[in-house]
Amino acid sequence: MVNGINLALQFLDSFAFIVLAAAGLAIIFGIMGVINLAHGEFILIGAYTATLAVTQLGLPLVVAMLVGGLVTGLFGILTERVIISGAWPNYISQQTLGRDIIEPLYDRLADSMVATFGLSLILTQGARIRFGNSIDQIATPFGAISYGEFSYSTYRIVLAGVSIGLLLATYYLFTRTDFGMRARATIQDKETAQAMGVNTDRMYMLTFGFGSALAGLTGALFAPVITMQPTLGDQFLVEAFVAVVVGGPSVVLGTALSGGVLGAILATFSNLYGTFIGRIALLVAALIALRFLPDGITGFIEQLRQRRQESD
Amino acid sequence: MSRSPLSRRQFLGASGAALVTGLAGCSAGEGGTSTDTASSTDTLKIGVLEDQSGNFALVGDPKAKASMLAIEEINANGGIDGKQIETFQRDPQSDNQRYQELTRTAINEENVDALWAGYSSATREAIRPIIDRNEQLYFYTTQYEGGVCDEFTFAVGPTARQQLGIVLPYLVEEFGPDIYTIAADYNFGQLSADWVKVLANENDANVLGEEFIPLSESSFGSTINRIQEADPDFVMSMLVGANHTSFYEQKASAGLDIPIGTSTAMAQGYEHRRLDAPAMANIYAGVNYMEEVPTDSNTGDGGFVDRYFEMYPDAPYLNEEAETNYFSTYMYKKAVEQAGTTEQPEVIDALESGIELGTEEAPEVPEGETIRLDGATHHVDHHMWIMRADDEHNVEAVENRQIPETFLSETAGCNLPENPEQTQYTPVDYYEEAE
Repeated sequence: MVNGINLALQFLDSFAFIVLAAAGLAIIFGIMGVINLAHGEFILIGAYTATLAVTQLGLPLVVAMLVGGLVTGLFGILTERVIISGAWPNYISQQTLGRDIIEPLYDRLADSMVATFGLSLILTQGARIRFGNSIDQIATPFGAISYGEFSYSTYRIVLAGVSIGLLLATYYLFTRTDFGMRARATIQDKETAQAMGVNTDRMYMLTFGFGSALAGLTGALFAPVITMQPTLGDQFLVEAFVAVVVGGPSVVLGTALSGGVLGAILATFSNLYGTFIGRIALLVAALIALRFLPDGITGFIEQLRQRRQESD
Repeated sequence: MSRSPLSRRQFLGASGAALVTGLAGCSAGEGGTSTDTASSTDTLKIGVLEDQSGNFALVGDPKAKASMLAIEEINANGGIDGKQIETFQRDPQSDNQRYQELTRTAINEENVDALWAGYSSATREAIRPIIDRNEQLYFYTTQYEGGVCDEFTFAVGPTARQQLGIVLPYLVEEFGPDIYTIAADYNFGQLSADWVKVLANENDANVLGEEFIPLSESSFGSTINRIQEADPDFVMSMLVGANHTSFYEQKASAGLDIPIGTSTAMAQGYEHRRLDAPAMANIYAGVNYMEEVPTDSNTGDGGFVDRYFEMYPDAPYLNEEAETNYFSTYMYKKAVEQAGTTEQPEVIDALESGIELGTEEAPEVPEGETIRLDGATHHVDHHMWIMRADDEHNVEAVENRQIPETFLSETAGCNLPENPEQTQYTPVDYYEEAE
């Protein structure tokens, strides 16, 4: 019974970690075809901004976290304009050289990896030079809940709730709003969308900014529970990439489902056999999923649906 | 690529001198060579390879700084036997492959007279074969699992048996005999956990359970549950690195309120300064040194702490390993002066004669006492402290005494002057309970 509660809480914890780690990456990779290897450093920006907003400016924690997400979103837009789409350097070169100097990185998987990897190195070392090898940390709010001889940090449970809320908000944004419709139209068929009067350039920029803001918010949310140092983003990368690949093409549903499946595997195995085996189990599960569901869970669901329609 | 007969340093030195003399209007070639040969007899060269970026930057950076402090002090006081110390200092970026490359550069191209290198045990084991092949005098200055019996390596940091040996018996006495061990999952953590079992047996305590945690892990929910399930009297923690630091914040927020003994936390990564109180409350560190160690030569006016922060006003903390880098540089100075040469075999003989340092050069010892390098094992009989953090993260010394290195000298029978070898002994070979 008590161990059942342990398992349930650990599942919520793993679920929240995987979903939040993957959310921003899933949007940027799934929707825009850009593999953002600086994803961990976007998380770093969010975490550092939130922490410094509390320790240096004295902002309340919740406000500081929103600021963390916002600042990272703005940084994402800057990244998109300068590196990914190259719009700003191209504007300058048009004025001076009379031609573009940067080919946009959309749907150029390998090229986007190299460019964003370079960005990640610059950001990590930049943080180290500017802020040193660590910064002072904020405490975890809310205390703990107790049951039997066990207790669990309340904040970790709050994180699970927040992750579900973020998924719902993202789903709503991309399916129910004007912005979402334009963004999806841009991604499905850029030329037609342009012909219909959608400013596709701006859609790319805003979607990238939104994905970045989610990554920053993840960093801000985890700032009280992880160690504040320049490579803190690395610890999210394995879960993030595994979840995106296992999730497949549908961003929101894929992230939720892979968070659920991988979270259950991670929680069960680390509860029964320890942290090390939990990690192994996660990677083995990802291997199996890639072998038998190469299009991820949502790709598999899509296949099933098509097959059923054909047999009808 | 063919190697030029001129080393890079000689080339740079010669061309630099050539440039200067060239500017002065003299004959460039001759001026260059004569300056170079003159300078090489007046100086000796020390290699310092410590992490200033990457995963171990936080703990490695103070080591590099403390080495530089010692070198600057020695140079300001006339050098070693009248020779000024030159340094070959690079950042290996916490990357063992970089360490191997830089170690080769230090030995083959820079011809260093002595080498200080490496934070983690994995790094030491990565470069030790290169050290031994080149018969290079090498100081390893991190607190570590112990057992290295190597004719060219001086492992002068405290060993697990010394660190755990002061803190574990104290915690058994204070809180009771049931122990739960959590440790980083690599050679240091595994061997330290074996030492916990050995020491538990010697102190009539028992280890209820142990868990080894990968260095990349930063979520400790299930670990905290396991500790609560086992319900020990105290926890022994040998967690390592930035990711593992999350454990202390997470156990505090989960309401796990239990005394923790450690050989790794606080003294190296100053978690009590970086984390919000009370994450580190009730943690007992067994260490030879941390900034708060209350000896006169350390925290007193003009002491080690003052001198360090005068040279590095922006440095965040003066950690355990920094002091080891500092005093071992002075040990090297004494040995060279005793040998009357920088020839490495003679310097090693001098070091093996049993160098002693007082509180001025080794701030870990109280006034009137000394620490001694044991020539037989190349280890140091350290003065050990138990340092405890309270609810506000104030650190106080609760106990201190000298703890000699006994595993190599008594149990394993390491005697390097008589029987040169290059082995690392492990507790499993000698103690049933460590298996």
